[in-house]
Amino acid sequence: MLEVKDLHVTVEGSEILKGLNLTVNPGEVHALMGPNGAGKSTLSAVIAGKDGYEVTSGEVLFEGKNLLEMEIEERALAGILLGFQYPVEIPGVKNIYLLKAALNAQRVARGEEEIPAPEFMKLVREQLSFMKMDGSFLQRAVNEGFSGGEKKRNEILQMLVLQPKLAMLDEIDSGLDIDAMKVVAEGINSLRNADRAILMVTHYERLLEHIVPDRVHVLVDGRIVKSGDKNLANELEARGYEWVLEESAA
Amino acid sequence: MASQEMEELVQREYTQGFVTDIESDTVPPGLDENTIAFISNKKGEPEWMLEWRLEAYRQWLTMTTPSWAHLDYPPIDYQAISYYSAPKKQEDKPQSLDEVDPKLLETYEKLGIPLHERAALAGVAVDAVFDSVSVTTTFKEKLAEAGVIFCSISEAIREYPELVRQYLGSVVPQGDNYFAALNSAVFTDGSFVYVPEGVECPMELSTYFRINAANTGQFERTLIVCDKRAQVSYLEGCTAPQRDENQLHAAVVELVALEDANIKYSTVQNWYPGDEDGKGGIYNFVTKRGDCRGDRSKISWTQVETGSAITWKYPSCMLRGKDSVGEFYSVAVTNGRQQADTGTKMIHIGEGTRSTIISKGIAAGRSDQAYRGLVKVGPRAKNARNFTQCDSLLIGDRCGAHTFPYQEIGNSSATVEHEATTSKIGEDQLFYCQSRGISEEDAVNMIVNGFCKDVFQELPMEFAVEAEALLNVTLEGAVG
Repeated sequence: MLEVKDLHVTVEGSEILKGLNLTVNPGEVHALMGPNGAGKSTLSAVIAGKDGYEVTSGEVLFEGKNLLEMEIEERALAGILLGFQYPVEIPGVKNIYLLKAALNAQRVARGEEEIPAPEFMKLVREQLSFMKMDGSFLQRAVNEGFSGGEKKRNEILQMLVLQPKLAMLDEIDSGLDIDAMKVVAEGINSLRNADRAILMVTHYERLLEHIVPDRVHVLVDGRIVKSGDKNLANELEARGYEWVLEESAA
Repeated sequence: MASQEMEELVQREYTQGFVTDIESDTVPPGLDENTIAFISNKKGEPEWMLEWRLEAYRQWLTMTTPSWAHLDYPPIDYQAISYYSAPKKQEDKPQSLDEVDPKLLETYEKLGIPLHERAALAGVAVDAVFDSVSVTTTFKEKLAEAGVIFCSISEAIREYPELVRQYLGSVVPQGDNYFAALNSAVFTDGSFVYVPEGVECPMELSTYFRINAANTGQFERTLIVCDKRAQVSYLEGCTAPQRDENQLHAAVVELVALEDANIKYSTVQNWYPGDEDGKGGIYNFVTKRGDCRGDRSKISWTQVETGSAITWKYPSCMLRGKDSVGEFYSVAVTNGRQQADTGTKMIHIGEGTRSTIISKGIAAGRSDQAYRGLVKVGPRAKNARNFTQCDSLLIGDRCGAHTFPYQEIGNSSATVEHEATTSKIGEDQLFYCQSRGISEEDAVNMIVNGFCKDVFQELPMEFAVEAEALLNVTLEGAVG
């Protein structure tokens, strides 16, 4: 589904990704771990199409299409959705309005009719209660005045409504208490199916207790230096990153 | 998104620019007492009206241009302006649309104002002003049945001199300010509305103003009087053809609400703002004031300002009557090199008077705008209340927004609240929306319309839809 080949990315003149390779297949959950500044968030930003990242070489394919030539919204409409570490506040724009505009943009791109209002409300209310969110969320401005936990839940709510093919979650666990973490993890687990891939960027092994990944990658200095199964995450938690560095240098 | 792209995003060409070629009956440029006598004579005005104009002119001569506004423009040469221009066939004014110059109708078509259709479909009476003379007035009969007078100010001066004489200048006196004095001396047309006691005007009244003769300043004079327990909703919208000369527009609007009367005045203003360098746009120096003269009367101003090179405009309310209410809802959008200094004045004179101010400013490109608002509570205005909220939204990083709130509180029982915010459409916000599959253009529209919704919901339905569309057009420009 997603193929990243020898990706080199420069931000403001300095190289952050230095030949990254990654393949993600449908149905798989991948966790991308690594120390601060390794380039974890850069990868998801480049895949989503954020400005300010210069791809100097390599390619990124999504279902065989060259992602790097696509506009940000085209990537989203192709089925890629990024859950932000710090979702931005958009005063004046109701949450429900954003959800509906996003869902309808998808449907229109697929040549379908816009969703009828009652059907949309039913869909949203179901997912809302699954995420243990109050109905008032819909009437509030997007992320405005939301607590850290509310923002993260809102990101997952969008995923549940928009049903992406590839869900990318950037540090979705940061700033969550245990209860919120459980709700968010349940939301993510409910997204798991044979056709969907999930790519999680995280610092800590903690999240992976709730969402068991199929593959774990260690990103150090712009390259994936080690990959393994869920046990790798446990090992990282116990031993830190140093040994991986030494191993890869050897 | 780079700031270069952000710039492109907010740039747009004025799409309604064109000039209709109709021979004008125009006086040579210049202003003196002879010019004023010429105008008064052309209009067939009574002697007292000419005297009134001359008084205004003599006051104007002693005055100087206000310089306190946050605006920058070269001095205006008032002797270079022609003060009268009318379509040639003025003497035999058309009695129906069939008699109207087809070219003129074409102009309205281009503007998206198919007069006959629109008027009939929307049930709106239209007093269309083309240059300086009213061309056609529809739905007059239906209004006459209700006893509502809706005609051009010139006609009102001839047909209803007592009413005009009683109220003209009673809200905005001749010498009120520089531009009002000039308007009082040389105004050529505008609308007059009188709604008699106890009558609720059966339809929304609408006037489309349009400037079309090169080098001709246009001086509209509008007077709306709502007698006791009467109600009216008046819509004003305008647009102008593209041209190179700066065009001065100095209108005066006076509203009078007697006991329990209710006036709602809505404006969508879309005059030519000038090219990218600000060349050729309209100078819009307007005095709009409402007088809540009677107890429990209410005046509500709603405006959507997207046009003009320079806007100087402060629709205001004099709250004299006990428990009278004043409201001001405003959306001002500036782009390119536009400048706007706009706001309101709420003057609380009577007991228990209340006012609400909601101002939304959106600045893009290299534009600059200021909100200037005065809330004044007089010594007799016991328990007066005001709530003010002014928010600014910046698009890009080369525009500016300023807020100048003034409060003069002369009664300790008054409650005055002021809230202000300034925010920016950030690249992060656009990226967030786009990463959800929403196009950049739709994202900007969504954010801008969300920002303005408190004001849009105050507009009459059909106007609200237009206003939203206008905002989208104003800000979409070069996207895609």
